[in-house]
Amino acid sequence: MEGRGPVRQIVIPGEAVGGSDVKPGPGTFFEGGRVYASQLGVLTQRDGTVSVIPLSGRYIPQPGDAVIGEVVDIGPSHWLVDINSPYPAPLHATESPWHVEFGDTGRFLNVGDAIMAHVLSVDEIKRIQLTMQDREARRLKGGQLLEISPTKVPRVIGKQGSMITLIKQSTGCRIYVGQNGRIWLDGDDRSTALAARAIKFVEERAQAVGLTEAVKDFLANARRTQGSPGRA
Amino acid sequence: MEDIEHFEREVKLIDENGVRLDGRKSDDLRPIRIEAGVLRRADGSAYVEWGGNKVLAAVYGPREAHPRHLQDPARALVQCRYNMAPFSVSDRKRPGPDRRSVEISKVISEAFASVVFAEQFPRTSVDIFIEVLQADAGTRCAGLTAASVALADAGVPMKDLVTSCASGKIGGVVCLDLDKEEDNFGEADCPMAIVPRTGEIVLLQMDGHLTYEEFQKAMDLSIGATKRIYEMQRDALRRRYSVTLEEILNESPPPPPPAEEPVLRDPTSEYERFEADLDREVGP
Amino acid sequence: MSEEIVSDLMREYVYRLASSGKRADGRRLDEPRKLQIERGFVKTAEGSARVKLGNTEVLVGIKMSVGEPYPDTPNTGVLSTSVELIPMASPTFEAGPPRPDAIELARVVDRGIRESKMVNMEKLCITPKEKVWVMFIDIHVLDYDGNLFDACSYGSVAALANTIVPAKAQGLGDDFPLPVEHWPVSVTTVKIKDILLVDASLDEERMADARLTVTTDENGDIRAMQKGLSGSFSYDEVKRIIEASQKVGHAIRPLLRP
Repeated sequence: MEGRGPVRQIVIPGEAVGGSDVKPGPGTFFEGGRVYASQLGVLTQRDGTVSVIPLSGRYIPQPGDAVIGEVVDIGPSHWLVDINSPYPAPLHATESPWHVEFGDTGRFLNVGDAIMAHVLSVDEIKRIQLTMQDREARRLKGGQLLEISPTKVPRVIGKQGSMITLIKQSTGCRIYVGQNGRIWLDGDDRSTALAARAIKFVEERAQAVGLTEAVKDFLANARRTQGSPGRA
Repeated sequence: MEDIEHFEREVKLIDENGVRLDGRKSDDLRPIRIEAGVLRRADGSAYVEWGGNKVLAAVYGPREAHPRHLQDPARALVQCRYNMAPFSVSDRKRPGPDRRSVEISKVISEAFASVVFAEQFPRTSVDIFIEVLQADAGTRCAGLTAASVALADAGVPMKDLVTSCASGKIGGVVCLDLDKEEDNFGEADCPMAIVPRTGEIVLLQMDGHLTYEEFQKAMDLSIGATKRIYEMQRDALRRRYSVTLEEILNESPPPPPPAEEPVLRDPTSEYERFEADLDREVGP
Repeated sequence: MSEEIVSDLMREYVYRLASSGKRADGRRLDEPRKLQIERGFVKTAEGSARVKLGNTEVLVGIKMSVGEPYPDTPNTGVLSTSVELIPMASPTFEAGPPRPDAIELARVVDRGIRESKMVNMEKLCITPKEKVWVMFIDIHVLDYDGNLFDACSYGSVAALANTIVPAKAQGLGDDFPLPVEHWPVSVTTVKIKDILLVDASLDEERMADARLTVTTDENGDIRAMQKGLSGSFSYDEVKRIIEASQKVGHAIRPLLRP
């Protein structure tokens, strides 16, 4: 089948990936006239910039990222949210979609609630603020949560959302993918179980070529054997 | 030291032809095997078999540093804890850190602090754990070599791996990679760790008696060996992720058909089928 | 083990599945995970086993030496069990002296082995009142993904089963296999609200209200029990759990014997 073949080149920290003719992108650093990889990952080059897409690593928040978090602590004017990052992420009451009186935070969100939010800001010493003031933000109810390595999120989403759309359509699930590697699946339990397996499939083979075709095969196979919930 | 009372006469560690007790020559490394990504919970991990050593290394981080007052506002703390399992040595070792483990933990932490890009993660810590499951001398070198691979496996940004090896002197001859007998009865041992790309030495210890020339010979042997060991570290990391799609699709079984929709299962009726299933699942 | 918080969403999901007899990993409520055993992993130990129960991985080493018997049992060997929850096994494990969880684990595993008379301790006597074999069971938890009670017990039983008593090195005759005469199997069940689950995964364990470990021997007789966590069981639930432990134990026992 077209598109299957060897994986793209994997580099390790300290490996030389370019000379002074290229610019160092993410996952690389410049030293003594050459560019080297700083992380274990896949080497890519575009427009004279060489980068390494990491194969593993903790989630480091960027402003604007959509994240799925879990409330772990609560104060009179804020909630503390775990977003699977080395840094704690506070959500201030003024950044919530509700009008919250001082001390009344528990009425809207409590410890144990799962939410979809965005990263509002990250300062120089990596202090983070979250916000829920946008269309998609909400408290999540029902369905299930899945966790994958944050480095695989781009693959799960796919070019212009192609991969995640494929999975959504095949399973009939609602799927929210957080940049922090947390994913919310909403649908009947059988469909979300299939979607979860498809996502894990992508996560395990993220760096392989021809992945989209393989996922299509996987989903078609599964639907055939179970009778399709997603068939029109 | 263990085993001394069992030796009644002088042990000859290296003979006239330069052959050691296990058949090696003075510049031979023991067999080494490295695997990356062997644990589930840890962010990164690696397992090394080096001669009779079996060492496991794991990394958590960067993660929030605790206690708060030890956080560094400018960079990640890089901390290593080296520990030996009670059954890893012939005479059982009581659980918990002893002074030797604390010292080794410190020098290994310092070795990694020089290569990790710690400024990228202020107020966090990168925690490295080395566990010796079976010991045969050179455990700190094996542990450091494993920990390097675990750090890369965890995606911690570094300027290079760190590779480690030891050389020493036995029967008056400078030799590479001493094993337990040689370390116990030899004249010197000198473990070191190096940043392969730049040649910077980030760990260096020595105990025993070496002339300046003997020391240089020992270092040459170790530095030469680290080139070979580095290749094994790199190979282990590449192997962890580098499987062609063809292989993946051939080796993985087709997805199991989802279980039929039960209403409510009566557990007791499942036992016969369960026992038959268990027969199929006997592990290696 | 300090607990990480489980979201309400996931609690509801696991409970919903369990209410219809299913679990997130596809198992039935009474079905343990796959058990893999590698014997003789550690050559510096007199016996050892590396065990994986699902993704929970445990390494057990048996060390034997000669020492004095306890005054109240002058003609039997000495058995001591310890568990190390090493920090690499879970982000919630910290370095330091054994915490109550580790101590409870060690004592429950020890009880199952001791009370089932798995090892004939009289045969480990060398000179009555003076010299006996002292046996250490050291359990090293490497990867924690739920149900340490059973994983640690299976590892210990498998390790004891391949232990050779090092008599020769002590000038006490030929080496001989550790005299093993009974086969205890530990089965742990947790309760989430009103549902009982055997061999909890990490997620299930985090949500459990109560836990009951039952160790049975090859006749199905009970040798050790331990209830844990702050919830409770009805007497009827306790009986159902014992019956499940007998049946699951019966199925697992052949895997532990060499």
